[in-house]
Amino acid sequence: MQSKLNLNTDLVSQARSYAANVADHTQQFIDCHTTVTVERAICRLLGIDGVTDYQVPLPNILVDHLNSKNLLACGAAFAIANAIIHCKLTPQQIADSIAAGSLDLSRLPIADQTAQRLALAPFLEAALQRINANRQKREDFLMRHGDKQGPLLYLIVATGNIYEDITQATAAAKQGADVIAVIRTTGQSLLDFVPYGATTEGFGGTYATQENFRLMRTALDAVGTETGRYIRLCNYCSGLCMPEIAAMGALERLDVMLNDALYGILFRDINMQRTLIDQSFSRRINAYAGVVINTGEDNYLTTADAVEEAHTVLASQFLNEQFALRAGLPPRQMGLGHAFEISPDVINGFVYDLAQAQMTREIFPEAPLKYMPPTKFMTGDIFQGQVQDALFNMVTIITGQKIHLLGMLTEAIHTPFMSDRALSIANAQYVFRTMQDLGEEISYRPGGMVEARAASVLQKACTLLQEIDRIKLFAALEKGIFANISRSKTGGKGLEGVVPKEHVYFNPFEEAMQREGMTR
Amino acid sequence: MSGGLYKQQVPGLDTALDLKHLKPYGDTMNDGKVQVSFTLPIQDDEKGAAAALELASQMGLSEASVVHHRKLDSRFTFYIIYGSLRFSVDYTRIRVAAMAEHAMPLAATDDWIRSELGRKIVVVGASTGSDAHTVGIDAILNRKGFAGHYGLERYEMFETFNLGSQVANEELLQKALEVAADVLLVSQTVTQKDVHILNLTDLIELCEAEGVREQLLLICGGARITNELAKELGYDAGFGSGKYADDVATFIAKEMIRRHALQRV
Repeated sequence: MQSKLNLNTDLVSQARSYAANVADHTQQFIDCHTTVTVERAICRLLGIDGVTDYQVPLPNILVDHLNSKNLLACGAAFAIANAIIHCKLTPQQIADSIAAGSLDLSRLPIADQTAQRLALAPFLEAALQRINANRQKREDFLMRHGDKQGPLLYLIVATGNIYEDITQATAAAKQGADVIAVIRTTGQSLLDFVPYGATTEGFGGTYATQENFRLMRTALDAVGTETGRYIRLCNYCSGLCMPEIAAMGALERLDVMLNDALYGILFRDINMQRTLIDQSFSRRINAYAGVVINTGEDNYLTTADAVEEAHTVLASQFLNEQFALRAGLPPRQMGLGHAFEISPDVINGFVYDLAQAQMTREIFPEAPLKYMPPTKFMTGDIFQGQVQDALFNMVTIITGQKIHLLGMLTEAIHTPFMSDRALSIANAQYVFRTMQDLGEEISYRPGGMVEARAASVLQKACTLLQEIDRIKLFAALEKGIFANISRSKTGGKGLEGVVPKEHVYFNPFEEAMQREGMTR
Repeated sequence: MSGGLYKQQVPGLDTALDLKHLKPYGDTMNDGKVQVSFTLPIQDDEKGAAAALELASQMGLSEASVVHHRKLDSRFTFYIIYGSLRFSVDYTRIRVAAMAEHAMPLAATDDWIRSELGRKIVVVGASTGSDAHTVGIDAILNRKGFAGHYGLERYEMFETFNLGSQVANEELLQKALEVAADVLLVSQTVTQKDVHILNLTDLIELCEAEGVREQLLLICGGARITNELAKELGYDAGFGSGKYADDVATFIAKEMIRRHALQRV
């Protein structure tokens, strides 16, 4: 792709290298720690599932047990392997026995690591095979029906009831949706466990559970087969259970997952140490499963000003890119986020949004960029809202954004009605059809407004990254550089679930996924 | 689209404005024209359109016409209907609890609080319950405000605490007591199945249970909030769309100063 903005490529490289330094520094911290949800994700991948009579998930039972016996720092794999060897039980049976109170993992002899790895191998292989089979199934489906060219229409369902969600998602898919995102129920991001089974009650969304994932996947495969398209399924591995939900998504063939520690830190007040460690393993799983991650930079502009703070979005995208690379995610799986959030009252606001979108496209040429519709300036005037969404649709088609979150004319009023979705899809399809190749016809005036805007945002982002590199990420977040929100290194939720690894610690999934990922 | 929808002149239509019999206005006085759109869980066919028209008639629409119908799924159809409303209202009898106050400028509000109250007013705000949107509460509290109306943070005489979104009512109240708040601001931006009503009533009940209702000024806001609704739910005021931080600031200042004066006598 030829640059239309005459971007300063030296500045782009410089920004990237500052971001790489920041990520390297943070990764050193990440690599020597683990968390309760990382260990629970390992339990899930080893086949531990189900809940107790009190609805406590068995992975929580096992990891809480490790914690109470001071074994968490050795890791779930270490403890489970010892039990497999000495009790001749499967991981599931081990969890059941702990729940029944008949097994204490701290009282078992410790096998040497070779024996431990050997004991875990069949369970490790079973999980990897299942994930690979899912990956293959997705590729076969796409091969058979062909993949959609141009923007993917991304729609949300949020009824709280998985069966009602399926009705709405099926209708949306038939109308043209390419990605269905099941919004999670309020507050799930702050639960330090993943609920179980099919659920029919939630507020503002539906619980992310493995069974709900499976039900929706089955429904979307059915409508995909009927309409001859692959309908992608999206959910959220964010919050306090990032790697666990990433594992569930890998096991149930999700295609797109929201995944952004910075978002959790800023907007959910999750402890930064905890969530950066969680993010690393969750991205490793996403990478292995062929899941496209979506990052949450678009949210910055809902609290900070889109004109003045545009560079913080770009800076964060650079950071997210570097963290993703370190977790083995290739650029084609990085759905970096941004948004059309400039006030309709700003003169030339559309031009600035266009410049930002074109710049992002050029700086991250292979990334399937996630573009968020206007939300902050949507009002009860649904007729005006439909026009705002049309302008947003234009930016996407002109600049080649990929994951296009459809704007709803009733954004400021309620979670979408079925008809709101249909109107929104019709709007986007109209714009995409009639302007399909308009972008290729457009070049921007050298030295003009679009070029100048992009240059200024890039310059500021680079300066900001240089500063973050100087003081490092934790301190930068304490200073409130993103979204005007400041968070402390030891504040927020979930820090109690972080421990430094012991020397006997190992995570067989992290290792295998890293190894296989490199040979792909 | 049925032709000439707006061109029809109803013979004998009295085109004089009559405030005792107020009707919607399309392009002719008293024509009563309205638009309605909805989805029916049925297939898209003539029978469905007839059902939509019958519903329109029950809503009080005469000369109703389905101007657009569209299949959303095999058993869901979207309808857009235009018609003339048979009903009218007596505008002269309408009474609302609208806040007549005009918003005062920032500096004047600060000065007034300083001279009459002599201390800062402590405001705790949050988007409560299931609502993940901070747009509303930020528009009122954040320094930057919204659409050129600076938020309460920018006022010298307000001390503000913005707890963000998805805050439990209990948490909000706890914080309020902790910082000895004068005012609680609750935002409900986007709601599902009218959960905002439950949530708002819940806070009132909580305040009453704790015996602190009287010492607090309780204000709610959001796109679907009106002052009448707020009062009905037990709030001191409600601010809907089109209201900004200076409207809220003015109301708070007036009410606090009024209460202060009452205490002195």
